Amino acid sequence: MIARLRAFAAFWYDFVIGDDWRVAVGVVAALAITYGVSTTSIPAWWLLPLAVVLLLPVSLWRAVRK
Amino acid sequence: MTSGALFLAVFLACAVEAVEATTIVLAAGTARDWRSAFTGTAIGLLVLAAIVAILGPAVSAIPLRGLRLVVGALLLIFGLQWLRKAVLRASGHKSLHDEAQIYQTELTAAQAAGAERRLSVPDWYAFTLSFKGVVLEGLEVAFIVLTFGSNQHDIPLAAIAGLAAVVVVAGAGFAVRAPLARVPENTMKFVVGIMLTAFGTFWGAEGAGAHWPGSDAALLVLVPAIALFAIMLVRLLRRVSAESTSATPAEVH
Repeated sequence: MIARLRAFAAFWYDFVIGDDWRVAVGVVAALAITYGVSTTSIPAWWLLPLAVVLLLPVSLWRAVRK
Repeated sequence: MTSGALFLAVFLACAVEAVEATTIVLAAGTARDWRSAFTGTAIGLLVLAAIVAILGPAVSAIPLRGLRLVVGALLLIFGLQWLRKAVLRASGHKSLHDEAQIYQTELTAAQAAGAERRLSVPDWYAFTLSFKGVVLEGLEVAFIVLTFGSNQHDIPLAAIAGLAAVVVVAGAGFAVRAPLARVPENTMKFVVGIMLTAFGTFWGAEGAGAHWPGSDAALLVLVPAIALFAIMLVRLLRRVSAESTSATPAEVH
């Protein structure tokens, strides 16, 4: 039973998070910062594109170094 | 986002997954038993249709801003993972997705497995192999249909696009009775990764309260900008790979 639960959890982890959990954490953090900035008078739209520009090369670099 | 763009985005994403599922079903049918493989496929498709039919109205009932935040986050995570793999494949750091090779592997495994009859299914192995292939590959299709469709308030159109992709790909696969190795799957995955990342960025930012300059027109800048960035990363990684290859003999001296 525990093995099945583990397999179920592993499937959903792999389905949603994928190969690099740092990407998921980075996206959630960027969304939280976007929300925070959007409550001020500063434009917040540029934060997620910036997150893409930072997260993708870092994740790729880690994969290539492996 | 126009209806045409919604249709195209969902069709391409679903076609990629359908190619992979078709390879698995073909291997199960060829090596084992076609009737069991088709039964597994049909029940797998029914499960996916039920997921879309049950979750569709539920997802549509979520307020748009909350929906865009959650869907944007998931699409962005999905998109970046797809794009990561696509860039690694295009730059030679990961082997290309080869349907012919996958087909041979599945075929060998299917031929080696023992036969068993269960619940009036002549070959349980062929049934479960097809069912699992269709459901696991199709879950992403269901997710894409629901997220793109609900954000554009047109789940039926997204479902038709997904279904059309499955019919076209599966029809071609069964017509030639061979894996669709000639489909430019790696290129399609690259394009889908760009689209998922762009739409995830757009909807995620809107859901978090940001306002895009130019509103929906910002997508017309986001999609090509992310495409250019990904192509630039491919070139950069190819150069890193070439430099490390040429530097290796020099280090020996």
